[in-house]
Amino acid sequence: MNIGNLIKISLRALSNNKMRAFLTMLGIIIGVASVITMLAIGQGSKKSIQAQISEMGSNMIMIQPGAGMMGGVRQSSSDMQSLKLEDYYSILNKTKYIAACSPSVNSSGQFICGGNNYPSSISGVNPEYLGIRKLTVDQGNIFTRQQVASSAKVCLVGKTIIKNLFPNGDNPLGKVIRFNKIPFTIIGTLKEKGYNSMGMDQDNIVLAPYTTIQKRVLAITYIQGIFASALSEDVTTKATSEIETLLRENHKLKTTDQNDFNVRSQQELSNMLTSTTDMMTILLACIAGISLLVGGIGIMNIMYVSVTERTREIGLRMSIGAKGSDILSQFLIEAILISFTGGIIGILIGMGASFLIKFGIKWPISIQPYSVFLSFLVCTITGVFFGWYPAKKASELDPIEAIRYE
Amino acid sequence: MSKSIIHLENIKRNFQVGDETVHALRGVSFSISEGEFVSIMGTSGSGKSTLLNLLGCLDTPTGGEYFLDDIAVSSMNKNQRSTLRNRKIGFVFQSYNLLAKTTALENVELPLQYNPDYGSKERRIKATEALDAVGLSDRLYHKSNQMSGGQMQRVAIARALVNDPVLVLADEATGNLDTRTAYEIMVLFQELHKKGRTIIFVTHNPELAAFTSRNIVLRDGKIIKDEINEHIESAKKMLDALPKQDD
Ligand SMILES: Nc1ncnc2c1ncn2[C@@H]1O[C@H](COP(=O)(O)OP(=O)(O)O)[C@@H](O)[C@H]1O
Ligand SMILES: [Mg+2]
Repeated sequence: MNIGNLIKISLRALSNNKMRAFLTMLGIIIGVASVITMLAIGQGSKKSIQAQISEMGSNMIMIQPGAGMMGGVRQSSSDMQSLKLEDYYSILNKTKYIAACSPSVNSSGQFICGGNNYPSSISGVNPEYLGIRKLTVDQGNIFTRQQVASSAKVCLVGKTIIKNLFPNGDNPLGKVIRFNKIPFTIIGTLKEKGYNSMGMDQDNIVLAPYTTIQKRVLAITYIQGIFASALSEDVTTKATSEIETLLRENHKLKTTDQNDFNVRSQQELSNMLTSTTDMMTILLACIAGISLLVGGIGIMNIMYVSVTERTREIGLRMSIGAKGSDILSQFLIEAILISFTGGIIGILIGMGASFLIKFGIKWPISIQPYSVFLSFLVCTITGVFFGWYPAKKASELDPIEAIRYE
Repeated sequence: MSKSIIHLENIKRNFQVGDETVHALRGVSFSISEGEFVSIMGTSGSGKSTLLNLLGCLDTPTGGEYFLDDIAVSSMNKNQRSTLRNRKIGFVFQSYNLLAKTTALENVELPLQYNPDYGSKERRIKATEALDAVGLSDRLYHKSNQMSGGQMQRVAIARALVNDPVLVLADEATGNLDTRTAYEIMVLFQELHKKGRTIIFVTHNPELAAFTSRNIVLRDGKIIKDEINEHIESAKKMLDALPKQDD
């Protein structure tokens, strides 16, 4: 008996009992819809975290002084003096995969402007820093190379600083603020960035030439860190190892020596955070998978009842020439049709629910083709798996007894 | 002498019920030639259905040999017997056994669905012809639950004829019908007999045996009588003789 015929027979049997077919399908529909929705929620969260991280500068590489994670007693990295300006220059000049690079020195303290003051920190950087951290100038300008060379007492400030030092809404451009008694002229403001995914206020920021901080604020010659950005996200790994090799060479480290610096890329951080959301996705998928399993058991239950109820029909079909395999395929195809149709409806409902969540409660949603494919595959397998036993039972009936069945 | 299509040699069929062995058939032998209309009679429990199931290749004997169309049935496996039933045998049951909520046409097409030689068009043509032959050409699209008992049994007979079987087997085919309808069905069987069909008709009603060309009587799993009926009654005449019903 050919497949077309079998499908016709199964469709007829299903349409003879529409309500039951629908109720059977319901389990599969709910299962598939929840798998799709849960995966969409999980994937959406992951994507939004990834997007936030790349907001912070996706190609960013941070170099800090200090031993690797393996060190016995570790010093605070800002106390260590292993990074020098020479390191910055050599990264700037001798690397292939680095697009931009800025030294970094920090000092925390009190900012004072007239009667207002605010505790924060000031970062000494070069103009490239803005590009590396994806910061943009709102009003005014970034300091020039000349101003860096001359250690000019100028700065750029973020929104949080402005709010606290100029609560009356005065234009901060051209104003002078004091940091540890040193006056800085505000030459620019930074566009608002809000909080990042780790809850840090990205607008609580003051940028000044690194030379100014080194000489006038901290009186040091070393630097506390280097920020760089790789040419693209794909080459960040190459870029970090390039930097590592270069710095080891600069610091004359022997092969047995540990690094006296730390190179970390934004990607590592991103991976760490997304692994958390991956875990959440897996958990959600498991819960949804259980409902799919329950749906499958529903199929088995109904198919089993259906085989008992149609014992006479099976007996008749066998007595007019149906083989056991024909009966088996008939019931199996019925189960597959139920789960297939249920699967398609479930996918549509799952997508609908995902969009509702997206526009209703503004939760980030991402429907991955693989999750659609996966849940469809699973529900088809469910149909075959749970339809198999009742179908097998049906095919093994004795035609004489089956046709006499009351 | 016409061709013999059934040959039974000392057929035995035992059923094991607990520790007890039920001897449903205790050595039955006979031959049936093409075109015979054989009635098998006997009281309830005499082994009629058991014999018919064996003849229809639904069951296999415990002992003895059965040749259908010169094929030794006992040497065949389950699937081969399925195919044999599909190509050579037509069944008519007491309780019709039509598919519920299914049209007459589709019910009749059913045996051909298990025969890959027929496409859907040919199936439709054959089924229509078969329903024509049982006088139901105006009921092709009636569903089984929209028909009377007599009509349902006609559909079942059409289903038994659709595959051009060498043998039509009927087990108490009129058992669920009133006298008039039973005679109508007998008229139909007699017509089929005239057209050359080989029919085996199981009944416990001796009246109906008068319409057949040969009478076999079973008792306790043995043949106690097997004779040619010299005076076949016409079911048509009997039907006409019945007091007219007012519709
Ligand atoms: N599957 C079976 N298991 C046990 N005994 C059976 C079975 N089928 C028939 N029999 C027994 O075989 C005998 C003949 O049964 P059957 O052929 O159905 O009689 P009939 O059709 O003439 O009324 C009966 O005694 C019945 O109880
Ligand atoms: Mg019987």
